[in-house]
Amino acid sequence: MVGLAVACALSNMPLTKHLRVGIIDSNPALKSRNYLKKDGIPDSRVSTITPATMSFFRDIGAWEHVQQQRHAFFGKMQVWDYTGLGYTRYSARDVAKEYLGCVVENKVLCNSLLLRLQEENRDIEKMIYPTRLVSLALPSKSRQVPTSEATSSGYTSGELHRSNLVKLELSDGQTLYSKLVVGADGSKSNVRQAAGIKTTGWNYSQSAIICTVEHITENDCAWQRFLPSGPIALLPIGDNFSNIVWTMSPEESLRHKSMSPEDFVKSVNNALDFGYGPHPRSSSLDFYMEKLFSDVGSTAASTKECFEVPPKAIGVVSERMAFPLSLKHSHDYVSKRLALVGDAAHTVHPLAGQGVNLGFGDAATLAKVIVDGVSVGADFGDISLLKRYENDRKAANIAMAAVLDGFQKIYSVDFGPLNVLRAAAFHGAQYISPLKKNIISYAMGDTKWPLLL
Amino acid sequence: MLRRLTPSLRRSLLTSSSPSAAAVPGRWGVPLTEPGASLPHTLLPQWRLCSSAASHSSPPTPPRPPSPPQGPKRPAGGSTVSSLNPAEVAKFAAIAETWWDSEGPFKPLHLMNPTRLSFIRSTLCRHFRRDPNSSKPLEGLKVIDVGCGGGILSEPLARMGATVTGIDAVDKNIKIAHVHAASDPSTASIEYICTTAEDLVKEHKQFDAVISLEVIEHVANPLGFCESLSALTVPNGATVISTINRSMRAYATAIVAAEYILNWLPKGTHNWSKLLTPEELVLILERASISVQEMAGFVYNPLRGEWSLSDDISVNYIAYGIKKVEKASVESN
Repeated sequence: MVGLAVACALSNMPLTKHLRVGIIDSNPALKSRNYLKKDGIPDSRVSTITPATMSFFRDIGAWEHVQQQRHAFFGKMQVWDYTGLGYTRYSARDVAKEYLGCVVENKVLCNSLLLRLQEENRDIEKMIYPTRLVSLALPSKSRQVPTSEATSSGYTSGELHRSNLVKLELSDGQTLYSKLVVGADGSKSNVRQAAGIKTTGWNYSQSAIICTVEHITENDCAWQRFLPSGPIALLPIGDNFSNIVWTMSPEESLRHKSMSPEDFVKSVNNALDFGYGPHPRSSSLDFYMEKLFSDVGSTAASTKECFEVPPKAIGVVSERMAFPLSLKHSHDYVSKRLALVGDAAHTVHPLAGQGVNLGFGDAATLAKVIVDGVSVGADFGDISLLKRYENDRKAANIAMAAVLDGFQKIYSVDFGPLNVLRAAAFHGAQYISPLKKNIISYAMGDTKWPLLL
Repeated sequence: MLRRLTPSLRRSLLTSSSPSAAAVPGRWGVPLTEPGASLPHTLLPQWRLCSSAASHSSPPTPPRPPSPPQGPKRPAGGSTVSSLNPAEVAKFAAIAETWWDSEGPFKPLHLMNPTRLSFIRSTLCRHFRRDPNSSKPLEGLKVIDVGCGGGILSEPLARMGATVTGIDAVDKNIKIAHVHAASDPSTASIEYICTTAEDLVKEHKQFDAVISLEVIEHVANPLGFCESLSALTVPNGATVISTINRSMRAYATAIVAAEYILNWLPKGTHNWSKLLTPEELVLILERASISVQEMAGFVYNPLRGEWSLSDDISVNYIAYGIKKVEKASVESN
């Protein structure tokens, strides 16, 4: 998905249009390039697209294709926890926007990028290599020490040119040579391993269960409740469907995966309602908070909104999938003639749905760096050029990973005083208007740094 | 022509050296041919002195570098004396192998390269009325890179579509440049020759654009060098020159910091007294029939490790000029 976005961005800009881009992916989904029907049951693999990602899609001309397929904007978000001490409601009106984000199935995003790519490149079939990467050989480090022997020792010019490129061997026996390889092959990236780039990270001893559920009415709000075992999120995906991302221990996730659909629905409804603890109520704490901040000045519009109970699920309509969660960060995003984007460079906790947005941020920046390089006649596989991409993205990605990791840690402990602190933080987020606006902006991808007011 | 240019030049130099007067026209850089507002009266005696000094070919206050021409202008190609300084040639031959090591002695040039190229790209696109959105805006233009070193400017110019000739007086540089360019089909067509600008003038070679970056501060005779560059440029063609200012700030940053503290450059790379101020460079070029159109400075951001273009020409600067047609050059003598 992120790799397609890089290809799409490059083919959309006048300076990089001429570049020959190859996409190596054996996923059969790359073959279907028609609009997906809206009446089917939504896929459980979805992404929460921030306005920043949306504007990137608009820039590269792919958003109009998303709009022709299923997607669900949401303008409200409610976050609360199981202790019943606090809740926060975010509203797009707080930051004078129409929506906070949009939930889109991954296959819709993928499809939209492909359709856009097809508009720009008639012979898209030639771009796509429906095969796998077998091996990857980076050029030796030393284009910098060309000696005169190299020319006199009978190299043909073709050999000489190729010796300076990345050699890719594919599972169908083809061999490709490339000036730049973009590794967009996920958290277990083969490209990253072939390049010998190390990662830092840890597993969360948590798994996430994802699936699609159905309601009686349409859901228009993103809901997230922190439970002792991890957060559960209910995201609108259009019509009467919602997507569930539920984080829990690996054992629990196996149990929830194998239980009967009826029991699972019960369990979901319980987790989003009275399960594990009471609803948050207006309390004396609220009274003081309100008094305090009404003196300070403007409060966010959503301050007065009461806690609501999310709509009940009436059935689970997709397969339940479970996958382990981890945090992984690549030491380097680039090396000579190689760049890593998306999950290949960084895997974050999925609790705020930020992972894919960071990936699209990578794609946008990498494409821009390549455009800048081409405009000044640089070799765009040059490490000093690619370093500019790394410098730009690494700090932003680490900040987001740390924020999400912190959240995960705060909520994985059930300890009285900490619960109260957490609740106070929720109250703070609910009542301190600039803080709230900043949290929203950061989560929407409008600001690069958390808490720079 | 010279009289018309000098006041505006003085004005723009004053503007760029005082931060309070920041209203410099253009995106960056200092357009020199549009004087704009009238000159303050207090400056008149100064510039008159300066321009009359220049037109009578006796050295003006800036002492050494612009060695004034004695007698009539040398006919193009008629000179047998090279403007090259043998000691400088030997100095660069010693470090030639490391040209393409972006962490090596030429690191500052590698860092600065994108910024220099974006100035060249935008001025040449305007000069030759090329589409700046094209990936090969210089297609079909004959461009020479004088003092090409290992080819770190020639290669990007070739990728932008230009038909590039790179010349350098150091044979080793030419060998390195040649081998390096050969490994990429988009740069393999560059013609590298071990020669000097003077010798090419004798062969009556001419180019649409003549570019010589960070070279003039190393030549023995800047005026002779500029006259050669001028002779290599077709009438109404473009000339681009970059160098280091002879200012206290340049001494502190380009020599003391870059050579002695940061070890970016080998010690002794630059000799302060041989540096030219932008004003001197404009006068020299003017005498060589090149009318400077635009200047820009390069500033280094140590936090980002990147260079950017600015109107601050107090240290590193670049100038773009137009080769005047014959009539104008007669007038300036």
